[in-house]
Formats: sequence, structure tokens, C-alpha cells
Amino acid sequence: MSELTSALDNDQPLLVADSLSKNYGRLSACRDVSFALYPGEVLAVVGESGSGKSTLLQLLSAQLEPSAGRVSYRMRDGVLRDLASLGEAERRFLFRTDWGFVHQDPAQGLRMAVSAGANVGERLMAVGWNHYGRIRDTASNWLERVEIDVGRIDDAPKTYSGGMRQRLQIARNLVTEPRLVFMDEPTGGLDVSVQARLLDLMRSLVSELGLAAIVVTHDLAVARLLSHRVMVMKGGSVIETGLTDQVLDDPREPYTQLLVSSILPP
Amino acid sequence: MTAMIDISNAEKTFTMHLQGGVELPVVRGVSFQVEPGECVVLSGPSGAGKSSILKMIFGNYRCDGGRIGIRHQGQVVDLATAEPRQVLSIRRATIGYVSQFLRAVPRVPTIDVVAEPLIATGMAREEARARAGQLLRRLNIPQRLWQLPPSTFSGGEQQRVNIAHGFISDLPILLLDEPTASLDAANRAVVVELVAEKKKAGVAMVAIVHDDEIRHLIADRIVDVTAFAAAA
Repeated sequence: MSELTSALDNDQPLLVADSLSKNYGRLSACRDVSFALYPGEVLAVVGESGSGKSTLLQLLSAQLEPSAGRVSYRMRDGVLRDLASLGEAERRFLFRTDWGFVHQDPAQGLRMAVSAGANVGERLMAVGWNHYGRIRDTASNWLERVEIDVGRIDDAPKTYSGGMRQRLQIARNLVTEPRLVFMDEPTGGLDVSVQARLLDLMRSLVSELGLAAIVVTHDLAVARLLSHRVMVMKGGSVIETGLTDQVLDDPREPYTQLLVSSILPP
Repeated sequence: MTAMIDISNAEKTFTMHLQGGVELPVVRGVSFQVEPGECVVLSGPSGAGKSSILKMIFGNYRCDGGRIGIRHQGQVVDLATAEPRQVLSIRRATIGYVSQFLRAVPRVPTIDVVAEPLIATGMAREEARARAGQLLRRLNIPQRLWQLPPSTFSGGEQQRVNIAHGFISDLPILLLDEPTASLDAANRAVVVELVAEKKKAGVAMVAIVHDDEIRHLIADRIVDVTAFAAAA
């Protein structure tokens, strides 16, 4: 049995959201969201801007404190822990090693003025790697995996195209072999042809590595291509959830039907 | 019970919220069984709900009532109420679906599209590619096309890639939605052969076939879908 199938048949959730809510004064940005994510599973959160999907992503990745409810994560020792109860060292471990975060704008996830090799190597050094040759080999290996010419390893990402920057951001995130990756509109600012290449790359990396991922997107095609399951959000609440092809081919809620029917055929 | 598929009283209604909440009943009282090694063909005019039933068995359309029992890894799971994770597990290990149209990822070479179901269940890439090549050759897709993505192919070629993708794995249940629709006589004959081999291997199949000749060649039993008409 491959790593992926064994990960997918794993019965213990990796992350559990329990009645998560976030209020800003009287505004409720995220309301009573509960779900479990399993190892190797890709969950898409879809909805239009203002639906609360980005707030949810920040709550799930401990960048924002919930007003109510909690998020639990299964640490590598197998114990499910409330994120709010983690110590500083454990939080650092999650952010630097066990989690990845792919931002819509690569400039947020990369250091634009240092070389591509250093961008990838930095995450390794943060977890204690100190052999320059090994770091450089691993970095160039990852550049190859994300289809960046290794000859560009010493160039800074500010000299890269948008698609290359996004692929570099992915390499930087995956180099520490995280178990969970958060992605916020990962194909957002890219040309359609560049999007297709990136999606194909993400799809194969996620399945090869058996990664779990939570992908926030307003693009239903991205959800269809990448995710196993989808949650549709509107006005801060999850209004429909299920298998991705089921929700997209047989949408139940009026708003989901509207979203699905609003796609222009190519 | 030995049946691979045991459907009783399944029903499906679409509610069209964008058209003022119109209710569109599709089928009700759907009940039949499929044994291992048997090919059941659904018959009825278009619009009778044949494809909907197939999609319900695959978990692509939700089932509004009744039961869809699937024998999965030694036990019976009701697909109508299964969790998404269970449905995915059933699709990996038990049910394959050959649709009329290919939905392939851009850029992925044909040989890898076909090999993918084997790789997903743990076979080594090279071995999976070798088996994919054999099947593509049988379906008369010339080797020079294998490295190209199928989106560049003709309709008939795409359908053959789709058939190869559906038939390559050793799943115990196969759902076939018009597998021969845009094929020439030679390739239709290959599909009939492939179906016969699957029967011999004990695979339970449900098919939709409009071509009378093909239906005659592959059907062990015909289920008339008009009996499940749900028109109010």
C-alpha cells in the first residue's frame, strides 16, 4: 500500500475545528464552523469575497484567536492538542516545520531580496540544518521539483515571473516535509496558462507527499481539480459541505446553485 | 447476500432554486441488484434517469431516500448515507466509473492519465505505465500520442483514453456510461472484449448503452428504468 492510500485510510483526524466563531464587534466574520480534516485529505473552502473564508483560514492556522470554539491539531506524538494551549516552542515547530502556508501574493511568503536558494534553505536552517552543501543540494532538488531552472538558484525572486515566484513559495513550504499546508487563493494573480501548470504541480505534489491541505479559493475549477471535499461559505457560515464532485455536480443550497451556474463555459 | 450492488427504493429529486424552487423528480423506487460477474444494462428513453442512477451509485449525485448497498472490502456500506471519506475509499478500492467525457488535468500525458488509478493504489510508476501502454495499444491509440495530453485528441480518441483509464484497475464494480458512443466498429469490438474479460474476473457492471447490437453483446440482464419514473 502506498504512503498516500495508507494516509487516506487513517482514521484519526489531523485537525479538528469545533464550533469556531470570530466576531469583530457586532460583525460576525465566521460563525460556528466545525469539521475534521484527515491526513492526506484536501479540503477546499469556497465562497465570494467577504464570505469569511480567509478569516476561517487564519483561525485554523493559529494566526487569529477565535471568539468562541477551538482548533485542535494532532502533533507528531499522536496527541490531539488544543492550539490555544500550545507553548511557544510547539507553535514554532508548527509554523516552521509541520505546517506550510502558501499566500496568494508570493511577496508575503518569500523574502524577495535574497536568493531563491536561501529562500528554500532558510526553512531548513530554522529547524537546525547547518551543513551548507546539504542545504544547497536539497534546495536545488526542490527547485527542480517545482520546475525552476536550477541555474536561477542564486537569483532573488524579485527577478522571477509571477508563476515562478509562486512555485518557489511552494518549494520553500514543502522542503521541511510538512503534514498540513494552508493555501490562500494560490492561483489568484496568475495568468490562466500559468495557473494550469501550477495546479497540476500542486496536485501531483500533494498526492505524492500524502499532504493534507486546506485551500481557500473563489475559483470552483481550482476546488474541483485539487480537493476531495469542499465547504461552501456565505456570510460567515458554512452553508453546504460534501464531496467536491457531489457539491459541484449536485448542489443543494440556492447559493451553491448560483455559484455553480455562474461559471462561464470555456 | 452476495450481490455487489443492492439498491432498494432509491430516489432522486432536483430542486432548482434559481428557477423559483421548481421540484424536478427524476426517479423513485429504484430497486435492483447486481451480482459479481454480471453486466446489467439500464434501458429507457433519454431523460428517464439512467445517468442519474449511475451517478447515484458512484456517489456523484446525492440520494434523497432509500438505500444503495455496496459490498466494499468485505462489508456492505450504504452509499446513500456514507460519509465523504467512505465514498472516497469506495471509489479507490471498489467502484470505477467510465463517463462519456474525459475530464483530464491539463498538461498530463495520456500514458500517465491512464496509469494514474494504478499508481493511486500503490503500483510502481514504471509497471503502471507498462500496463497503461498495453491497454492503449489494444484500443488503437498509437504510441506516438502517449506523451501528449489527451485534450489535444479527437473525440473518439479521448473516449478510448477514458475507457483505458476506467478499465485498467482491478476494481470489483464498474459503471459504464455510453462507453462506445463515439467509437468505430473495431474499437467497439475491443470494448465488448474488455467487458467480457471483466465478467470473467467477477466484476459487477452497470452500463448505459444505446447501441442495440452492443447491448445485446454485453447485457446479462436489462433493467427498464421507465418503471422508476418519478413524474408527479
